[in-house]
Amino acid sequence: MATEILMPALSPTMEEGTLAKWLVKEGDTVSSGDIIAEIETDKATMEFEAVDEGTIGKILIAEGTEGVKVNTPIAVLLEDGESADDISTTAQPAPTAAPAQDAPQPAAAPAPAAVKPAAPTPDWPEGTPMKKQTVREALRDAMAEEMRRDETVYLMGEEVAEYQGAYKISQGLLDDFGSKRVIDTPITEHGFAGIAVGSAFGGLRPIVEFMTFNFAMQAIDHIINSAAKTLYMSGGQMGCPIVFRGPNGAAARVGAQHSQDYAAWYAHIPGLKVVQPYSASDAKGLLKSAIRDPNPVIFLENEILYGRSFDVPDVADYTVPFGKARIWREGTDVTLVSFGIGMQYALEAAEKLAEDGISAEVIDLRTLRPIDYDTVIGSVMKTNRCVTIEEGFPVASIGNHLSAVIMERAFDYLDAPVINCTGKDVPMPYAANLERHALITTDEVIAAVKQVTYR
Amino acid sequence: MAARKTPSKSNVSADELKKYYRDMLLIRRFEEKAGQLYGMGLIGGFCHLYIGQEAVVVGLEAAAEDGDKRITSYRDHGHMLACGMNPDGVMAELTGREGGYSKGKGGSMHMFSKEKHFYGGHGIVGAQVPLGAGLAFADKYLDNKRVTFTYFGDGAANQGQVYETFNMAALWKLPVIFVIENNQYAMGTAQRRSTSTPDLYTRGAAFGIPGEAVDGMDVLAVKEAGDKAVAHCRAGKGPYILEVKTYRYRGHSMSDPAKYRTREEVQKMREEKDAIEHVRDLLLGGKHATEDDLKAIDKEIKEIVNKSADFAKTSPEPALEELWTDIYA
Repeated sequence: MATEILMPALSPTMEEGTLAKWLVKEGDTVSSGDIIAEIETDKATMEFEAVDEGTIGKILIAEGTEGVKVNTPIAVLLEDGESADDISTTAQPAPTAAPAQDAPQPAAAPAPAAVKPAAPTPDWPEGTPMKKQTVREALRDAMAEEMRRDETVYLMGEEVAEYQGAYKISQGLLDDFGSKRVIDTPITEHGFAGIAVGSAFGGLRPIVEFMTFNFAMQAIDHIINSAAKTLYMSGGQMGCPIVFRGPNGAAARVGAQHSQDYAAWYAHIPGLKVVQPYSASDAKGLLKSAIRDPNPVIFLENEILYGRSFDVPDVADYTVPFGKARIWREGTDVTLVSFGIGMQYALEAAEKLAEDGISAEVIDLRTLRPIDYDTVIGSVMKTNRCVTIEEGFPVASIGNHLSAVIMERAFDYLDAPVINCTGKDVPMPYAANLERHALITTDEVIAAVKQVTYR
Repeated sequence: MAARKTPSKSNVSADELKKYYRDMLLIRRFEEKAGQLYGMGLIGGFCHLYIGQEAVVVGLEAAAEDGDKRITSYRDHGHMLACGMNPDGVMAELTGREGGYSKGKGGSMHMFSKEKHFYGGHGIVGAQVPLGAGLAFADKYLDNKRVTFTYFGDGAANQGQVYETFNMAALWKLPVIFVIENNQYAMGTAQRRSTSTPDLYTRGAAFGIPGEAVDGMDVLAVKEAGDKAVAHCRAGKGPYILEVKTYRYRGHSMSDPAKYRTREEVQKMREEKDAIEHVRDLLLGGKHATEDDLKAIDKEIKEIVNKSADFAKTSPEPALEELWTDIYA
């Protein structure tokens, strides 16, 4: 019986990819292990091997096709004695391949479609030229621009140079800046974080990429004891201009040790600045500000957001200041406060709540140290209700802290207790259904809003 | 311990020898005074004295050039004095006063001087090792031909980050001298009880880092080894390890009852191996100085130390506003 060859998922977060090249043609016989195609994922170009043996009966997706969803049939494999005529027509029609230069933008990821409400407080004047960029591209451009601007900026981390970045954030930087400034390290987070901090004491401006922030726990002594405290301990003589960046929070199906949001951990520490962007424009503007900042900055990215596209101002030097929240959506009935990937749930919930006649104001904190308390308090004074949304654990969360500040500063304005929507108080499970429940969901945000609005 | 060298055998002038004597004596008297102030309640918290180990920093500072960097652990007073930091500022930091190097906000373990290229003063055992390699990384990146002296003890030599750093320092040929000040006790644990192999200078072998053992009670031997290590680094050959065998006369910190070694052991070291007495003998025996010359030095040092103590007592406590400064640049 003919077997469909499906578009494979080649990374934990891959939802679609580009069928870059076929290495077989119709009529070729293949054995298990033969490389039949090259597939470009959100992270890298991968070789795709045949699992079964047989004859390539039909190629369903032409090479060069972008945005091929995982599990789409891409070819049909025939067993001995079968012919191409035997192929049933269950296979979905192939999207037409388009030449690379005018290829359409890949479709937005399906489930958590980015909500695009009017942005009441964008960071650019009206009429600014915009371009669509993924968060990944925005981060790379931010680093490249700052490295061009300042010779003392360098990038260090595991697989940042020759591999082009474990998540392709540093793609092309080695070619642009050379191995003196784009430096592959051994897998020794504690050691290279310390070396980077020492080099900042010595006059450089390092960007340290952690392959994920889970591994930064190996290095946390240098982040906190060496980087964050030295300015104070030296009576202001010696600071540490350094950026620690990398993906943070849950990716997808990678289990407990690789899925944790460190926002509250680092936001706890005086001497650190903590950034957690949601959009590509913020990723770019805030990373550029982080690299210029004379203090140690924790820059928490998100693997799921890397491939997401947003409008980014197409201007020469776009920066976003720290400590200024962005109001994504104005509303009157409830204030939703979030940051990073939590914004996805906040914005989706606001969209659905609008259908029920509930008007939610959505605030993206963007930086967690400093926090823009005034914007939050101002909004709560207007809406009288607040729900916070974050992916991290519930105990000592950012939401807990905001609740306390709101209680101190706006107690008389509150018509309901503040609710903190967070990840569940459990290590991240692997099973798909359990993982979905461990994370925050849009439905939970909607339920919390209904609770505080007594609907 | 190795036979003592004489000044005639080493490439050191009488003036240099006198300077070593003076610098070591300054550290010893300063530390004695610090111990006294601690007993009076003027210095708080942890206070780790360097008495006994003076020849290590004085010998290595003699091998350093202007612009070379140094970084060490919490037993840092000697390093600061040896690189020319002002005793007043160091002592006032110990008493937590405004006139201290960190305005009273760092304390005994956390002092810095950008001017003298002293990068701390680090309280986490072993943390200064990658930091020191990082200073050397910056020097290599900026191509300024400087070397960094990264000091740590026999206790820190067992920290994992030391070996992560050895690997990268060798891989990237960083101009860093790892100085293992082996005073034989990691707090109260004798080296033989904490360390599987006794020769710490061989710990870089797995990474291709040359190392040698040095008699740390002989300032001339230390200086000679330092010259060799500096030349190696300056020539772009990468890191070098010096295991300097030394001895701390006082406890780990002021609150150490020192039950882990005998009084006789300490006494024997003081009587037979003392680094300052050694140089004194060389000066007098070689007729490079008279008793009166040395008395004059003793007097000068006493005055410097007393002045630092007076300054440290009279400098005001930091203004309360200082609580909220220097958190962010």
